Amino acid sequence: MGILEVKDVNKRFGGLQALGNVNLSVAENTCHAIIGPNGAGKSTLLNCLVGKLIPDTGSVMFDGQSVLGRTPFEINQMGISRVFQTPEIFGDLTVMENMLIPCFAKRDGSFALHGIRSVFSETGLREQAEQMLEEVNMLDKRHMHAASMSRGDKRRLEMAMCLVQKPKLLLLDEPTAGMARADTNNTIDLLKEIKEKRNITIAIIEHDMHVVFSLAERITVLAQGTPLVEDTPENIKGHPKVKEAYLGEAA
Amino acid sequence: MDAIILQILNGLDKGSAYALIALGLTLIFGTLGVVNFAHGALFMIGAFCAVTLSRLLSLSHEVAVPGSVDFLGNPQMRDVPYIYEIFGESLGAGIIDWAVPLSILFAIPVMIAIGVIMERGLIKHFYKRPHADQILVTFGLAIVLQEIIKYYYGANPIPTPAPSAFIGSFDFGALIGFEAGQIIYPYWRLVYFAFAAVIIGAVFAFLQFTTFGMVVRAGMADRETVGLLGINIDKRFTIMFGLAAAVAGLAGVMYTPINSPNYHMGMDFLVLSFVVVVVGGMGSLPGAVLAGFLLGILESFASMREVIAIIPGINQVIIYLVAIIILLTRPRGLMGRKGVMED
Amino acid sequence: MFGLDKKDASLLLIVAVLVAFAPFFLNPFPEGSAMAQFNAGYPDLMQRFVIFGIFAIGFNILFGLTGYLSFGHAAFLGVGSYAAVWMFKLLSMNVIPAIILAVIVAGIFALIIGYVSLRRSGIYFSILTLAFAQMSFALAYSVLTPITGGETGLQLALNDPRILSAATTGGNIPVPALFGFEMRSSTQWAVGDWLFTFNVGYYFAAIIMLCSFYLSIRIFRSPFGMMLRAIKSNQQRLNYTGLNSRPYTLAAFVISGMYAGLAGGLMASMDPLAGAERMFWTASGEVVLMTILGGVGTLIGPVLGAGLIKYMENIISKINSDILHTWFAFLPDGLEDVVVTLIYPFIGKGWHLTLGIVFMLVVIFLPGGLVEGGQRVSRLFGRKKKAHDPKNATTEPAE
Ligand SMILES: Nc1ncnc2c1ncn2[C@@H]1O[C@H](COP(=O)(O)OP(=O)(O)OP(=O)(O)O)[C@@H](O)[C@H]1O
Ligand SMILES: [Mg+2]
Repeated sequence: MGILEVKDVNKRFGGLQALGNVNLSVAENTCHAIIGPNGAGKSTLLNCLVGKLIPDTGSVMFDGQSVLGRTPFEINQMGISRVFQTPEIFGDLTVMENMLIPCFAKRDGSFALHGIRSVFSETGLREQAEQMLEEVNMLDKRHMHAASMSRGDKRRLEMAMCLVQKPKLLLLDEPTAGMARADTNNTIDLLKEIKEKRNITIAIIEHDMHVVFSLAERITVLAQGTPLVEDTPENIKGHPKVKEAYLGEAA
Repeated sequence: MDAIILQILNGLDKGSAYALIALGLTLIFGTLGVVNFAHGALFMIGAFCAVTLSRLLSLSHEVAVPGSVDFLGNPQMRDVPYIYEIFGESLGAGIIDWAVPLSILFAIPVMIAIGVIMERGLIKHFYKRPHADQILVTFGLAIVLQEIIKYYYGANPIPTPAPSAFIGSFDFGALIGFEAGQIIYPYWRLVYFAFAAVIIGAVFAFLQFTTFGMVVRAGMADRETVGLLGINIDKRFTIMFGLAAAVAGLAGVMYTPINSPNYHMGMDFLVLSFVVVVVGGMGSLPGAVLAGFLLGILESFASMREVIAIIPGINQVIIYLVAIIILLTRPRGLMGRKGVMED
Repeated sequence: MFGLDKKDASLLLIVAVLVAFAPFFLNPFPEGSAMAQFNAGYPDLMQRFVIFGIFAIGFNILFGLTGYLSFGHAAFLGVGSYAAVWMFKLLSMNVIPAIILAVIVAGIFALIIGYVSLRRSGIYFSILTLAFAQMSFALAYSVLTPITGGETGLQLALNDPRILSAATTGGNIPVPALFGFEMRSSTQWAVGDWLFTFNVGYYFAAIIMLCSFYLSIRIFRSPFGMMLRAIKSNQQRLNYTGLNSRPYTLAAFVISGMYAGLAGGLMASMDPLAGAERMFWTASGEVVLMTILGGVGTLIGPVLGAGLIKYMENIISKINSDILHTWFAFLPDGLEDVVVTLIYPFIGKGWHLTLGIVFMLVVIFLPGGLVEGGQRVSRLFGRKKKAHDPKNATTEPAE
């Protein structure tokens, strides 16, 4: 039994079968990559995991509990954090505030009315946030407005916001898209380090094969909403079906 | 039965006004994505177009009445509208009598011009800003427009009668086989309903059967894709705004005999028309029309003495109540499309 | 000081000083001088400055922080007024219980309306709040007449029970008071040609306003306030970060409704009368104007906006063409007439036109309102001042 069990999930958008009979099992404390051509349904699958979409049929179990029918904040409180394909951060807030919000969510749950105490009297949480920012090399930017940063920085911030919650399962949707090569390598190193230090399971969607093969222990190839193969990186590399999915029938 | 028909008829004129304003609001929202709080002011300006034209037509000067002198021996004077001198007395009087319908011709260019100026001068700059900003700036514009009208026309309602041929009522019940005297209906209200029906039909036909309309409909469905096709939708949307302004203005012109225009009539109608749009479904033209008539008729039913006896005050709140219930149970309204301002 | 950092504490202090000495600031011109009509230091107007300040501060907690634009906030103000007047009728003329009830009733009312309205957001939320407020207005005008007094409004009467107060002395309707200090009583102090008025009601309302202002600073700086700003910025991200946005917005809605109820209760305390027109949607629109004009989302902005609009309403609307003619008498006759004709539409009854134009200009060019304007000006003069600087933001109400 993996920590995440996806069984027979189907999702249609009108006439489009975005997901067809998807089965996926992610073992605890591993990194599982999901790859596939554009429009394969990768993001749709993640949406079904975090409560953004509800699958038409099938089941999604996390840590022995079903996530279906739960709201996004309940699913997050179960221990799933997600980095989106286009950066989702609090643009009007400073980097530090962006980091504090997940800290509060982790400590106080989905709602707490601290209306009087000042944010910055929360020294414990601030230290956590600063430490995490240090790890992603962004401590010097902590007073900046999040919206004014580069796309790559926004992605790193979003990842830091997820990591500071110490999730059991981290979902990454193309975390290095739009990043400079050096930042990509830093991200890889960071994820590797986190994986060694903590108990964390990672599911990553990525087009950059360098990232995939650096991190993943298992890879699922998705095409037109259906998993083609699931195997170790070594076996995936030369797999004819994978070539076919990426390059079309001719290959 | 006759009571029911009477209430439906009574609801038609208000329903027509709601439908026409809501139609324009929806056109603007659907095409430009702008929430226009100044739309009620356009309705009001339309009404004042009628006031203006009837004043212009009755402009007069003093003429000596031949052959009569007052006790001082001076010639007696009499006001004669200029128009009598141009068209002769009987035709001139007829023109003055028909000032309200004639104002349609006057209002169309005026309203289109106002609409285009508004869009190019102000609204254009708010496409990319949040809906709250659009509401705020058009709200400010509405205040400015109504204060300007108040400055020039005063705060009191200005009676603007229908042509004398349409003044009075007729026995609608007798026409459709009821006992005489049961369903009495004013002529002008029927005219207003027919007029609204024609305008609504024309707008739908225009959108359905012209290439211009096709592009606009496509733009309403998916603005980006149409933009990608290299079609200049911005220019078309400007024209759309002019059209929506004209629809609101004409609704106002013809409404003047039903309710004497005053400077705040636009705001009164706007609040209700927004409710109508939301009930019909933001961005749905048929929804706006349907909801306009439905709510107008519902309001008229709620004003029946029998109904008020059971639920006091229901006539005052029925529209809001319906809106609240609809919004909570069918967030997209009666005929709203998916994806239009979902959140 | 009071758990505020230095910047916020000095802002609070400046506001406190301005409010305390407002009877002087607002009466800069000697009695009987040509400029005396610009004096705003009379009790009625000063009371309105602080009461609408409270209303706008509360509205800003909802709109400024969460971005939810309510078009029905006047309903809570009206409900608060009714509650307070009822308290005067039934219990006693002491303002404290009246204000407490006003806040509680408005809070409950806001809880119900907010619970329903907040199931939608964006324009739908605005329409829902508008619908609820208009419904309340219509009902207060018609069916609820036994409770609201209908068209005439709710008034005190000689034979009201007032169970806690001693039998009415004489044949006069008693007036609202705070433990014997009547709200309407004033002392005047003449210094040369100047006349300054110190009114009990004003100072009472001013102290409450300062407390409300202090509370709003604390809310702005708290984790709760940060969550509200996060809702405005990216509600989806907040939900995927494990936070339930609905109770946060509802709490903000109720708090701002209670502020409105407090303002309504104070209004009734100054003049024990409540009418349905206080709930009309134009009254809701007015608080939106105040907040935007001053600077939405800023601490001091709403107070400035409320002051400015109430000042304009009272002062600009009093100018008439005769006054204009005396002002421009130095110009040659023809030019004088032209200038007066040009200005005339904007003064007197036309002050709403001025308001509308100023408001539009602010939304278009200065979305941050007066506060942003102040910041820009101070940057222009090269003074080294940072955002939210209290100095340039607070000197304006003294005009
Ligand atoms: N909400 C939606 N409504 C309708 N169709 C959708 C929706 N979301 C996704 N789709 C469609 O489902 C298909 C799968 O989309 P998805 O975003 O999951 O692809 P993807 O594998 O993440 O692609 P990419 O690599 O480009 O991110 C696409 O054809 C997309 O257009
Ligand atoms: Mg994707």
